[in-house]
Amino acid sequence: MSGSFGRRDFIKAATAIVGGVIGVALGVPAIAYLIDPALRASAKEGWVPILKVEDAPVGKLVPFSFTRVQVNGWERTSTNFGGYVLRKSEDPNDMLILNSRCTHLGCTVNWKEDAQAFLCPCHDAKFGRDGEVLDGPPPKPLERFSEFRVSADGLIEIFFKAG
Amino acid sequence: MWKKAYEWLDERLGLNAMYTNLLDRPEPRGNWWNTLGSASLFLFIIQGLTGIFLTVYYTPSPDHAYDSVQYIMNGVAFGWLIRGIHHWGASLMVIVVFIHLLRVFFTASFKYPRELTWLIGIGLLITTLGMGFTGYLLPWHQMAFWATTVGTQIAGTVPFVGEFILKALRGGPELSALTLQRFFAAHIWMLPAVLAGLIGVHLFLIIKHGESHYPSQDE
Ligand code: HEM
Ligand code: FES
Repeated sequence: MSGSFGRRDFIKAATAIVGGVIGVALGVPAIAYLIDPALRASAKEGWVPILKVEDAPVGKLVPFSFTRVQVNGWERTSTNFGGYVLRKSEDPNDMLILNSRCTHLGCTVNWKEDAQAFLCPCHDAKFGRDGEVLDGPPPKPLERFSEFRVSADGLIEIFFKAG
Repeated sequence: MWKKAYEWLDERLGLNAMYTNLLDRPEPRGNWWNTLGSASLFLFIIQGLTGIFLTVYYTPSPDHAYDSVQYIMNGVAFGWLIRGIHHWGASLMVIVVFIHLLRVFFTASFKYPRELTWLIGIGLLITTLGMGFTGYLLPWHQMAFWATTVGTQIAGTVPFVGEFILKALRGGPELSALTLQRFFAAHIWMLPAVLAGLIGVHLFLIIKHGESHYPSQDE
């Protein structure tokens, strides 16, 4: 029987082919199923009101925070974001809005008056008034919300992007 | 190169012997009814795989169980497929295991030396039914809730210890979050572990004794 394709060879080949087809037919959907949440768009972008202009005196760092709610699967998850507004002059458009998310690994930094710096509780990072790195591991300055506007009724609004 | 690597491994693991004993062992003349045990095994593996995938999204809490199942069906790519296979596979497995039992019964294969294989088989059937019972509650919809109410109530009619059994199954006198959680634990950890162990012994015995054959005329 050598050389010819016998009954046993046929069964082996059939098993391999059927097994392969089932494996692919189940394996590909299984992978899609697993990575599905990673392929979804995250929180919608949009304008978010953060502070009244009158509550932010010129030259003073004023903290703000806001919450975004998103539907994740079967649940609504709210995530907190925060930052500081620093008005540079009387011109309402002359201001700096910093994100308090540390650029190292994402902890929240706090302004410390006596140190005159933003301190990160996680790995001792230090950022200056304009968000520049003074000390520690962060690779870049604090992020700025550079798209902002002041609404007719005196609210500072920032354009929030996902991520 | 591959040949050498294979020979090295074979010398230590006995791959060739394993292949011969597991997949190339002599079988008596049989028919399709003799494949039902393997079909049961296949279904067990499929249920295990799809079940593991379901736990990626399923949440065993009264607040979220129903919603998480809805999410699997409508929100996740191929969620309907994974759940569909697990859902229909569960019923199919009970049927196939039971017909396998009938085949063993009608060919009288449970006789010496295979009594233990048979007894372990009974354990496999009961555990498989247990999987169905515990799994049915998990979607936490009306039907699941009342089916489990009734099922545990029936278990509660056992004389003397009935009330204890009912409370032990429900984790209290009524169906609650505790019921859902313990059914989940039983469904994904305890019963599958029991099934896997029993299947292991079942298969060991089958390979040890070889499969039974019909007696020939002069036997
Ligand atoms: C999870 C369920 C089960 C699995 C995975 C399973 C698996 C298997 C497999 C692969 C075989 C080889 C022969 C054949 O396929 O017919 C077998 C044989 C056998 N099974 Fe099962 N089985 C299960 C349930 C049961 C049940 C419920 C019984 C009966 C109470 C049972 C009793 C036996 C016996 C006595 C044999 C030996 C038959 C012979 O040697 O001819 N099994 N089983
Ligand atoms: S996260 Fe802020 S220093 Fe590491």
